Amino acid sequence: MPGLGTTFGRGGATTALPDLMNADAILIMGSNMAENHPVGFQWVMEAKERGARIIHVDPRFSRTSAVSDIWAPLRAGSDIVFLGGLVNFVIENSKEFREYVVNYTNAPIIISEDFEDTDDLDGLFSGWDPERRSYNPQTWAYAHCGTFDSAEQEYVDGGHAKESGRLTVPDLTSCERDDTLQHPGCVYQILKRHFARYTPEMVETACGVPRKLFLKIAETFCSASGPEKTAAMCYALGWTQHSDGVQIIRTAAILQLLLGNIGRPGGGIMALRGHASIQGSTDIPTLYDILPGYLPMPKLGVNSKDLATYYSKHQDKTGLWWNIDKYMVSLLKAYYGESATKENDWGYGWLPRVTGDHSHQGYFLDMMDGKVEGLFVMGQNPAVAGPNSRFERKALSKLKWLVVRDLVELESASFWYDSPEIGRGELRTEEIGTEVFFLPAAGHAEKEGCFTNTQRLIQWHQKAVDPPGDARSEPWFVYHLGRRLKQRARDDSRPRNAGLNALTWDYSLEGKNHDPSVEEVLQEINGRFLPDCTLVSGYSDLKADGSTVCGCWIYSGIFPAPGQNRANDRKARDFYGHGWAFSWPSDRRVLYNRASARPDGQPWSERKKLVWWDDVQKKWTGLDVPDFTATKPPDYTPPKGAEGDAALAGNRPFILHPDGLGWIWAPVGLADGPLPTHYEPLESPVRNPLYGQQTNPAAMPEQRPGNQYANSPDDRFPYVMTTYRLTEHHTSGAMSRTLSHLAELQPDPFCEISRELAAERGIRNGDWVTITSMRGIIEARALVTSRIQSLDVCGKRVHQVGVPYHWGYRGLVKGDIANDLIAISEEPNVRISEKKVILCNLVAGRRARGKEALEQMEAQIWGPRTAGHSPVGSASEGKSWR
Amino acid sequence: MAVSAFLTDATLCIGCKACEVACKEWNHVPADGFTFTGNSYDNTNALGASTWRHVMFLEQPSSLGAQITGTDDPFRWQFLSDVCKHCQKAGCLEACPTGAIIRTELETVYVQPDVCNGCGYCVVSCPFGVVDKNHEVGTAFKCTFCYDRQREGLMPACAKACPTQSIQFGEINDLRKRAHVRVQELHERGYSDAQIYDPQKTSVEGTHAMFVILGEPETYNFPPAPEVPTVHMKSAWTAAIISALAVVLVVCVSFAL
Repeated sequence: MPGLGTTFGRGGATTALPDLMNADAILIMGSNMAENHPVGFQWVMEAKERGARIIHVDPRFSRTSAVSDIWAPLRAGSDIVFLGGLVNFVIENSKEFREYVVNYTNAPIIISEDFEDTDDLDGLFSGWDPERRSYNPQTWAYAHCGTFDSAEQEYVDGGHAKESGRLTVPDLTSCERDDTLQHPGCVYQILKRHFARYTPEMVETACGVPRKLFLKIAETFCSASGPEKTAAMCYALGWTQHSDGVQIIRTAAILQLLLGNIGRPGGGIMALRGHASIQGSTDIPTLYDILPGYLPMPKLGVNSKDLATYYSKHQDKTGLWWNIDKYMVSLLKAYYGESATKENDWGYGWLPRVTGDHSHQGYFLDMMDGKVEGLFVMGQNPAVAGPNSRFERKALSKLKWLVVRDLVELESASFWYDSPEIGRGELRTEEIGTEVFFLPAAGHAEKEGCFTNTQRLIQWHQKAVDPPGDARSEPWFVYHLGRRLKQRARDDSRPRNAGLNALTWDYSLEGKNHDPSVEEVLQEINGRFLPDCTLVSGYSDLKADGSTVCGCWIYSGIFPAPGQNRANDRKARDFYGHGWAFSWPSDRRVLYNRASARPDGQPWSERKKLVWWDDVQKKWTGLDVPDFTATKPPDYTPPKGAEGDAALAGNRPFILHPDGLGWIWAPVGLADGPLPTHYEPLESPVRNPLYGQQTNPAAMPEQRPGNQYANSPDDRFPYVMTTYRLTEHHTSGAMSRTLSHLAELQPDPFCEISRELAAERGIRNGDWVTITSMRGIIEARALVTSRIQSLDVCGKRVHQVGVPYHWGYRGLVKGDIANDLIAISEEPNVRISEKKVILCNLVAGRRARGKEALEQMEAQIWGPRTAGHSPVGSASEGKSWR
Repeated sequence: MAVSAFLTDATLCIGCKACEVACKEWNHVPADGFTFTGNSYDNTNALGASTWRHVMFLEQPSSLGAQITGTDDPFRWQFLSDVCKHCQKAGCLEACPTGAIIRTELETVYVQPDVCNGCGYCVVSCPFGVVDKNHEVGTAFKCTFCYDRQREGLMPACAKACPTQSIQFGEINDLRKRAHVRVQELHERGYSDAQIYDPQKTSVEGTHAMFVILGEPETYNFPPAPEVPTVHMKSAWTAAIISALAVVLVVCVSFAL
């Protein structure tokens, strides 16, 4: 999400799935799209039929590779070297779309002279604070910009220094630039130097991709870009689940900006979300650090004092984030209704504060330490799907209470009596104090609501039947839980209840189960004018004076009038799907589409036209809704002192950024560098061939007993393991292993290995094998296949083991849990775990049963150790690791 | 009514098995057993009484058109969704002694479960090995071409579920034309071994489920020249009569001597 958000302004796919068919080349990397997004993949097949070249770069030859024109096998975890190699190829061979780059990106901007690159610091950027293990991004700033002089105010800096005075805010629309891109301090030149070492030879060394093949891909992709052509990229969890996942996506975003592929038909970056409404659950988040519409969550000591402090941190003078006060006050009015007044800062003080790491990983680490009393599990199955799920199951046993709502009693609800830990004697049912409440949930056809799918498309679905028995929808559960909590808090005037008491909770109830009206919820999300409660028509209607409410500003316009639920629209007028559901923001299907026209407002080419300036009507028009102020002419120059969107010129397509430019360089917003750079995974078979710095310095391995790491490299765990999903199953398998039609299609857990590795370990196709890591032991059937290739990486032969993670200890088909082997680690920006690369060992034969399985694992770990390097600081050698 | 048919195109299939699952869901076809085969991603093995659509996964040492697979050894992974061929001249139908197997007004071949007595003649008479007996129920089952859906103007469940138009449903002559154009196109794009599988020149006289395949039919377990067993009847009876006459003659001669 920040990978795209920092580069372009919004944390969502920049394009729509049907638009892929306009592409001249599609690079699918970090995704197995045909298997995991088969319905969306029809547009890739359509593009292929129309002559596009499909390129798949992946450790495995999967069903996606099978229908691609080119497949390159890649060592898992070397993505930035490959993409960086492409960036280098573009620059070295002058393949960039120069006019686009100069006008629409920050490539010409001059950067602070204090900046030092990874080349100078052996893998670190300037500003690294080894004590805090984090960066101070001061030296990454634009060098010479004009300034705004803002009113006197008190502000808090980083939770430490409290200062009062006049804030000078740089005016990013007026920074020093060199449009010839020759200035040694400009972004383009820094980028050129930074990626100079990412040569085709380096790609061959680090990724295992033969140089010839890499050049073929580079040539194919680049020659499908330019004024007449566009190329798209698709990625999924194969890019995100890494200790440098955000930077992988950044590299891709930089490449697409260089090639001029953003905001244009058939271009863009398609972020393929993991499952239904994952995009929706970041827009209206289930995440702990953002509020609906990507408003940052108040963080204790940083921006939490009052709204003024909050704005001073997050309000940009220029660009769309100038309006953050309008979005924030409207959100607070939606939460707290009449109780939110100007006098009480619109109830800002009632919002919970982020006080630490409240991510999934943070929760479970705290849980293990006994710091978490209770947990609601809804739509998740951490006992199977969590990283280091063995650790997480044990952590669940430390809870006082656990509520699981699901369609079936899944592993997370039954861990206390049938998990492998019970069988191995690690946990004893009679000693587990967790009180487990299992509540039946309604399936998607048994409730109304909407999904926000991968292309930011919000689609309504109707209820077909009432849920059976006691099963209820999520809105029902959350609404009635809230209602009861409010009832209990009503007469309790302790300050902790003030927010709960102020919360509006007044949806009408429908049907025999008293479900809250989800249409009303969607109307609240859309926004209303106060006091007469008429619906707003879009986010430009929102005000900061408390006269509007809006539950999520980016969704505004989805319900513009009574009876007009645009998520429920079902008449597509064109192939972009206008008229079919609603794509945020404001039904724009291709984001930043101002960039599909030249600076003068006319299309780059007839073939690739999308949105253009109509000089007669004096407005932007075209095949999509313009992602731009419709009446702002291309030659608009902002008057001095202009603010917000009015401060952006008519040729600045990235309207959420304060400078309106695509950020090849990220001066702020990322915890691990203004440019991407390659680090090895936390467990790697090789040392970093590019820098002395082995791993992402800002990543958090969360090393502790039960979550130990192997060395990099490590003779005990010589193979690279990567996890993934299959078409036949759904995530942890709770919805597919319970259905015979799906369970029979992939009945046993298996691993895919190369013929070479099979020969090395004496394994025949179909045999059982045992796989171990520093954290767990599992068994699986072996699929020996040419689809997995052993690779030459950094002078050694690297074997990769592919393991789908769908099995657990319940259901019609059962099997060991692949995620038992994964480590709990945290990427520094989004705190995702590195699930795509770990080190493992693999031997023929089934694992031992019961307690002996643990002994077998320990023998593997504590056998004769070889000298190696610890990648993650102080490995607790010799300690019992459980 | 129009004569309906399937055209299943291996070069468009992504192996998602949506057809298998949609078929089972619509037709309430039971589970097939939870057995790991080790045969690539194929764990349902073959068409049978409880598998009416079956997706094959073929890992082959040859190349797919101009595909580059990262190694010097050519390699491809092919998928194809197999189904009952609904032969123009159907072995199962001709063998059925009870009249349970009929040709519908759509010219498809349909087993009436309430008439079938489970004799199993159809099982051995199918040149493609499609028809199978469910040993629990005791009668024969195979693809119904979603007769119930077609009667209501809906396309078969498998074709409806296919995301990539690998399974196309339509009027047989249209599809035959489309198949020829497609093969031509594929040849031009470097898929030199693309061909149509629609045995019209054998006694089967063409099928209502045609395929665009890469390579020889045998690769997909398709007989290159499928024959309806009844074509052998004339020669078999002639041989039998000649043998009988010969025996009679030999007996007569032996007495005469």
